[in-house]
Amino acid sequence: MPVDVGPRAGPHPVPVTLTINGMRHDLTIEPRVTLLDALREYANLPGTKKGCDQGTCGACTVLVNGRRIDSCLTLAIMHTGARITTIEGLADGDRLHPMQAAFLEHDGFQCGYCTPGQILSAVALLAEKRPLDDASIREFMSGNICRCGAYKNIVDAVAAAGKQNV
Amino acid sequence: MNLVGAPIDRVDGRRKITGTARYAAETPLPGLTYAVMVESTIPAGTIAAVDAAAATRASGVIAVLTYENAPKVEQHKVAGMTDRNLPLLQDRIVRYDRQPVAVVVADTFERATDAASLVRIRYDTSVPALSLAHGSGYHPEHSHGDEPSVYERGNVDAAFAGADVKIDRTYTTPVEHHNPMEPHATVATWDGDVLTVYDATQGVFGTRSRLAVAFGIPPANVRVVCPFVGGGFGSKGSAWAHTVLAAMAARAVKRPVKLVLARPQMFGSVGYRPATIQRVTLGAKRDGTLVSTLHEVRSQTSIFDEFVEPSAELTKMLYAVPNVRTINTVVPLNAATPTFMRAPGESSGSFALESAMDELAYAVGLDPLEVRLRNHADSDPSKQLPFSSKSLRECYSVGAERFGWSRRVPRARSMRDGGLLVGMGVASATYPTNRSAASALVRLSSDGTAHVFAGTQDLGTGAYTVFSQVAAEELGIPVSSVRFELGDTNFPMGPVSGGSQTTASVGNAVSVAARSARDRAIGLALGDPQSSLHGHDADAIDVRDGRIFLRDRPDVGDTYAAILGRHPQGEIEERGDARPGDEKTAFSMHAFGAQFAEVRVDPELGTVRVVKMVGAFASGRILNAKTARSQYLGGMVWGLSMALHEITRTDARSGRIMNANLADYLVPVNKDVPSDFEAYIVPEDDPNVNPLGVKGIGEIGIVGAAAAIANAVYHATGTRVRDLPIQPEKLV
Ligand code: FES
Ligand code: FES
Repeated sequence: MPVDVGPRAGPHPVPVTLTINGMRHDLTIEPRVTLLDALREYANLPGTKKGCDQGTCGACTVLVNGRRIDSCLTLAIMHTGARITTIEGLADGDRLHPMQAAFLEHDGFQCGYCTPGQILSAVALLAEKRPLDDASIREFMSGNICRCGAYKNIVDAVAAAGKQNV
Repeated sequence: MNLVGAPIDRVDGRRKITGTARYAAETPLPGLTYAVMVESTIPAGTIAAVDAAAATRASGVIAVLTYENAPKVEQHKVAGMTDRNLPLLQDRIVRYDRQPVAVVVADTFERATDAASLVRIRYDTSVPALSLAHGSGYHPEHSHGDEPSVYERGNVDAAFAGADVKIDRTYTTPVEHHNPMEPHATVATWDGDVLTVYDATQGVFGTRSRLAVAFGIPPANVRVVCPFVGGGFGSKGSAWAHTVLAAMAARAVKRPVKLVLARPQMFGSVGYRPATIQRVTLGAKRDGTLVSTLHEVRSQTSIFDEFVEPSAELTKMLYAVPNVRTINTVVPLNAATPTFMRAPGESSGSFALESAMDELAYAVGLDPLEVRLRNHADSDPSKQLPFSSKSLRECYSVGAERFGWSRRVPRARSMRDGGLLVGMGVASATYPTNRSAASALVRLSSDGTAHVFAGTQDLGTGAYTVFSQVAAEELGIPVSSVRFELGDTNFPMGPVSGGSQTTASVGNAVSVAARSARDRAIGLALGDPQSSLHGHDADAIDVRDGRIFLRDRPDVGDTYAAILGRHPQGEIEERGDARPGDEKTAFSMHAFGAQFAEVRVDPELGTVRVVKMVGAFASGRILNAKTARSQYLGGMVWGLSMALHEITRTDARSGRIMNANLADYLVPVNKDVPSDFEAYIVPEDDPNVNPLGVKGIGEIGIVGAAAAIANAVYHATGTRVRDLPIQPEKLV
């Protein structure tokens, strides 16, 4: 028997202010909107990618107060007041972030869809002060799936950027 | 300066690393609405009742489409290898698990998702056909293209009966889903009778014709746009139901509609590699030379369409065998329609054939590489044509050397690294060189730059980059002066980006267009009294760095910018068309390669780690060594994945897919791919294959890779796994 659940009103949109790449974004969104969808659908910042919406692929990786997180697994409303960094905020004007430049030089991507997440994850990895040998990079970049299989070049890019960093 | 071949960075790279490349779902349109698909929860039956009342009344909902109210559209395919019969809410029949049964449109994604969960559907179920092994099948007319599904040369039965050594084995490969990182996505908008679709597709023109047929409108009324694709691997080579449904919904709500598949829906209606059961028999002499090969392939299709996994095509041509029979059988099941997946046929078929070759090597006591060399085909034994070029021997030797094949101790289970078993395996790779008609347009402007347009796609393959290089070289200008645009049906027609044919097809068209633009500019200069080149002979001309000059007197010259600056239009435009010539009748055209793998196996846990992989590939002229290497490496990752990770599991009773997400459907992560992982480009000059001398590189990297790993696992353990993927339980 079909069950009539009655009209579903849904939660009401509320004002949510986010600080993304140093810019203030005043959004009016339902509390259930994920940080990922807030970026892509409401803040006009689709550089952050949706690969699974389930926390399994890492395409949606952003930095929140410098820490890498899957933005699909968290609600936007939980991050008012936080410093959110997306791929759009990494370069300094025309000057690429060293990690971006390394990905370009080492061909650390093919289709580019996992790339924003890979780059932000790699930026965080350097900040985490992990050892930068191959095995460690491979381990700590394993939260970001690249279906194109650019892994080897990703490792080379991260290692090269890491060398510049220290 | 030789621009073609230079390992330059991707010209579209900057957009990808700064997040400014726009993929289909990221198309901003005013008044955009969101559609979410509801899928069937049974594999076979009929819809008894739909209750869409709650969904319809939910806040923000604009429309709920089901078979009861969906507009009539054409759901049958018309023509072309990539066209499919589609389930488009036209009837109440459920033919597979996860078939689209409703589409909910709302003003936000959250509301559409919520409302989709409120659609209630009651089914009358029927007994699904689910067994590939026991289902009744048939021989399709063709296994692939014009190839017959039953093929024989010589007399296999007699030769096998008289063979000194006999191998008779059955190998199986599972259903695999492509899972590109970008889920399929469509943004559709109507302006009267004119439809514009931003679609994640490998073929803008194929999608255009499918939409035109579905809605009964002329193709000229449909524009399909796709500047970036987040991977495809075959799954975006056909226009699938969601694309038509998005357009249908947009028409119904009279607003633009965005429909993006959720990751679990990527296991629904966008194709997959069908499971195969492959019997291979090899008859050989004591010295390892083959006298017969039989390759029987059983693969699944859907009950409403036909797709054949052409796993035995390579068996016809890879080795010099006098007696060969190949047979394809397809079994219709209550499952979605399978499709091309990276090296369709060659990937699954090479697992079977190259595993069997390894078994033969052990049976005759020869090095697996030596067995392959002894059966090397100097010409194509099925077409009885010479190869346009073939560098397989070089691939074997380069690969063996770089890999360190000589380290291998012949006997199985004879090498150890502490408590781990060590194994090394090899396999051959081959992939046919395909080519279709394609066109391109070159516009040279008075600022000295060129704008090139072609209706092709870049799936991450490097198309933007290599075509910019081709145009730059023909025109004699720097790559940075070329702007290349693709992915739009407003541009000259190009084929689907599949079958590793894009470079051979579109590259030659770009080259023709650029050359005629250059020649026209030269003609303008020679005929222009204001030019220092006036009156000179076209044969005496050279072009470099945007400047046309006399070869013998380089100081006498004129720039494109100056020539076109004096031209009344300020620019010239030339179109180039390229199509296959008669090379197909004179030559057999294939890329070749060799794959080497080394594994460590834990004898107690059965866990396999690939610690080293080397591929060596010869694919004609390489337009960009950097992007080509990436393509090969990516293919090898796919091979590793096929060997050890990928399997879509269907519950044998319910017919439902059980692991439709990226946590349970395993693909390699960074840690799964060893540091010792390299692809080598074996130089090859092929003057016969096409004017640019290129073969495809997108698919050959996966071919043979799974077999090389499986062979390494046998070498390590003495256990032959003939059923992919090689999971620990199969080794303990
Ligand atoms: S989209 Fe967030 S992890 Fe995949
Ligand atoms: S570049 Fe395509 S998924 Fe990583």
